[in-house]
Amino acid sequence: MAGKAFQKIYTKLTQITKATCAVTATGVGNEELATVSGRLAQVVKLMGDTVTLQIFSGTEGIGTDAEVVFFGHPPTLKVGDQLAGRFFNAYGDPIDGGPEIEGEEVEIGGPSVNPVRRKDPSELIATGIAGIDLNNTLVTGQKIPFFADPDQPYNQVMATVALRTKADKIILGGMGLSNDDYLYYKHTFENAGVIDKIISFVNTTDDPPVERLLVPDMALAAAEYFAIQKNESVLVLLTDLTLYCDALSIVSNRMDQIPSKDSMPGSLYSDLAKIYEKAVQFPEGGSITIIAVTTISGGDITHAIPDNTGYITEGQLYLRRDSDIGKVIIDPARSLSRLKTKVMGKRTREDHPQVMSASVRLNADATNAKTKMENGFDLSDYDQRAMDFARDYADQILAIDVNIDTEEMLDTTWALFRKYFTREEVAIKDEFMKIHWDKG
Amino acid sequence: MTKGTVKGIISNLVQVEVDGPVSQNEICYIDLEGTKLMAEVIKVSGNIAYTQVFESTRGLRPGYPVEFSDRMLEVKLGPGMLSKNYDGLQDDLNKMEGLFLTRGEYTDPLDEDSEWDFEPLAKAGDTVIPGDWLGSVQENWINHKIMVPFKLEGKFQVKNVAAKGKYKLTDTIATITDAEGEEQELNMIQYWPVKLPIRAYESKPRPFKMMETGVRTIDTLNPIAEGGTGFTPGPFGTGKTVLQHSISQNAEADLIIVAACGERANEVVELFTEFPELDDPRTGRKLMERTIIICNTSNMPVAAREASVYTAMSIAEYYRSMGLRVLLLADSTSRWAQALREMSNRMEELPGPDAYPMDLPAIISNFYSRAGYVYLNNGEAGSITFIGAVSPAGGNLKEPVTESTKKAARCFYSLSQDRADSKRYPAVDPIDSYSKYLEYEEVKEYLDANISSGWVDSVTKAKDILLRGKEAKDQINILGDDGVPLDYHGRFWKSELLDRIILVQDGFDPVDKSTPMKRQAYMLNLVLKVCDTEFAFDSYEELQPYFTKLINDLRQMNYQPFESDEFKKYESELEVILEERRAK
Repeated sequence: MAGKAFQKIYTKLTQITKATCAVTATGVGNEELATVSGRLAQVVKLMGDTVTLQIFSGTEGIGTDAEVVFFGHPPTLKVGDQLAGRFFNAYGDPIDGGPEIEGEEVEIGGPSVNPVRRKDPSELIATGIAGIDLNNTLVTGQKIPFFADPDQPYNQVMATVALRTKADKIILGGMGLSNDDYLYYKHTFENAGVIDKIISFVNTTDDPPVERLLVPDMALAAAEYFAIQKNESVLVLLTDLTLYCDALSIVSNRMDQIPSKDSMPGSLYSDLAKIYEKAVQFPEGGSITIIAVTTISGGDITHAIPDNTGYITEGQLYLRRDSDIGKVIIDPARSLSRLKTKVMGKRTREDHPQVMSASVRLNADATNAKTKMENGFDLSDYDQRAMDFARDYADQILAIDVNIDTEEMLDTTWALFRKYFTREEVAIKDEFMKIHWDKG
Repeated sequence: MTKGTVKGIISNLVQVEVDGPVSQNEICYIDLEGTKLMAEVIKVSGNIAYTQVFESTRGLRPGYPVEFSDRMLEVKLGPGMLSKNYDGLQDDLNKMEGLFLTRGEYTDPLDEDSEWDFEPLAKAGDTVIPGDWLGSVQENWINHKIMVPFKLEGKFQVKNVAAKGKYKLTDTIATITDAEGEEQELNMIQYWPVKLPIRAYESKPRPFKMMETGVRTIDTLNPIAEGGTGFTPGPFGTGKTVLQHSISQNAEADLIIVAACGERANEVVELFTEFPELDDPRTGRKLMERTIIICNTSNMPVAAREASVYTAMSIAEYYRSMGLRVLLLADSTSRWAQALREMSNRMEELPGPDAYPMDLPAIISNFYSRAGYVYLNNGEAGSITFIGAVSPAGGNLKEPVTESTKKAARCFYSLSQDRADSKRYPAVDPIDSYSKYLEYEEVKEYLDANISSGWVDSVTKAKDILLRGKEAKDQINILGDDGVPLDYHGRFWKSELLDRIILVQDGFDPVDKSTPMKRQAYMLNLVLKVCDTEFAFDSYEELQPYFTKLINDLRQMNYQPFESDEFKKYESELEVILEERRAK
């Protein structure tokens, strides 16, 4: 992304803040790219002939006589089949030592898909993880985040999901990844021998934070290429969007905007929606599915970032370490995939929805029983059975390391129902009881 | 026409230097190298007009020319709007080319070439005022009235009305003469500025009829009146949208307008896909035939999101003027408020609470006041029942949008996280929620006459059972199962039974998802009868298995067609179960 030789150079900066600078120039378009002393920048405000630029790598050492060169176009990415298997930085430049990409140059952060041209998502994505497949089934074209505390193994779970799902392409957008985590992803993908279907755009903690703002748009521009041109099913993994939002608040703060809740810009909802709403199922078969990570602080989902995210995404997943079995599970009580009803019992066995809600209810009873026990009350026989059920259920089904198909998950759940409960307690529609309870 | 030049650009706020008069809310078009971007004036300072652009401003430069239109943002009204999918500016989304929304592409909301069977209702010599019916056409199953345009003022004399026959939208169907003798030719199309209410009606009484929604927790416990207003605040994941969808499918309305305002595109796609397939339970036709969807999803430009709720309301007012019962659903009004906040922020206005504009409460209550039951000039009645979803930040009901809406709406359906977590859908909290209409004498009379005498007393009784059950549950949690009198367990389980049978509704079951009022009344009376029963138990441990059995039986009843053999079978089993523990 270098400037061209004949372009006009401006050298009179009128204002410099920590993230932005202003220059007097004419003929500049909104959102246009530029370089300031060789650093990449983007136009964020125009007032008469004063152009305000956001410098991605920060303004340290920028002088009032810095050279500003405008590109005449917004940020772009060269797309093509050669993207597959490659690692890029936030600007779309290769960081794996490989050659430059040859291909069509497309603007990133492009327009929205006309809603009437979308297809209602209806294809299941199997992950082999029961916390997802059984209780919170994912669907192509869905967008869903993990709400995780920083100490939880969300990167490992994301990598597991990436390796187990049968997507044609997997695109990783890493924002503020620690270098260790970046290498973890890289090695996991390489060792699994799936590197050819993976594309990564990575901003690590070594890079300036404002650069992150480009990562989701880069990843999604690549995703749109494969989903639209190649009709492929593309899974986009974005981690960590909390760090993306932090970068948004830095820029808005430097531009003297009035912050709304939790020091976030007033446009946070729209900013996040622009990313997540790129998730889509096209009628021709291509799809973009987004699984993101939003780190939260001490489980607080009322903070502006998880809160706005929850209103945009189609559900959310929570990780929890189950102390009874000593393993990480996807929390059945709090997690929710809103699109699950589109496939549950339709693309899976008919008893799936009822089994799912019964097991969630019985797990909730177990949680109540546990609270009772912790408060020193006597447990009824039912309480004890519910707790035993929940333990076995976590161990045999929910644990992340269990990798079985949905049919087997359902059969195992029925077996546990029979082991611990009566017909009335399970309370599933009679037609399913006849098939699955009575036969066992 | 006034012209201007772009001076400054901050995101979608564009400052335009103008060479002549401009008015507040006037629409202008910015010429971006041949692409016309629509914008609305939201502030004027000296010769600078501040405009909010309804499209992305990428690539826009200072110096680009701007043309003003001398009109406000308007909807185009006429036959053919039913079953259309519009964006927030009333562009027909199906007419747009390409996979992506192209900025600067505006499409005709109506099909001007379409022909309609016109039947005259007025005759030469009649005196008419704006809103009066001149004739009608059949639009799907709605008798669509062609009215004297709302924009006109004063009284008119009908000079002639077209004879019965086929006409295009643009054909003249009537000529009217004003007091000065000036003639006007009218066709089937009229325009209306969306930000102003249509007031072409005789009077607006207090709502007095009940509007059936098929949702038991609403109809039975906190009914909404026809022409009433309600809102559903709730944290994410509590089922606001699912509740709105199920109301839209089953409500007793002539037509449904859904404003998907800043929400998920997949949810709208679900409407697009399902509504043409779903049968309208009352007419047997497809739901889509009586539905208009205004869709401005969260990734569509934010200024158009603000416009979308007004577009929806204006279309609702238009149909109300035909003497129809309109149900308007907006999901979510918080996104609309956020759009206002984004613009206020860019204009560097001094912020109110949570950075929302200071006049937010006034804007919200003005909007809600456009709903209502009206008597038209010809004595007919029409109504707009409005239910807005609110998405409170962090699930905190003390935030500005919820608080402002609470002052404006008469029904409050609070969606509770606890209920959603325990999968008790619809997650409307029975204790926090209320319907002010239950206090209206005229509503009480209506319910007495149409459901059963003393109905409101039964409802109050049900609410008491729920409240007492909650109190008992709290005591049990504090003191332990054996630390409270046995009676507390009885109270708790009776409320649990009422909750699980009346309030909880399985939205995915073909029978249970919608309950007609007659069946609701039957079930409530049955459940109240069970709750009135004196039971005999020796220890608290006997209650849980017994009530589980009762609940299971009644639940099976909910799944069966009303008064079917299976339904009656479970009902007679209920008697047997009751006998087991009836106090002698």
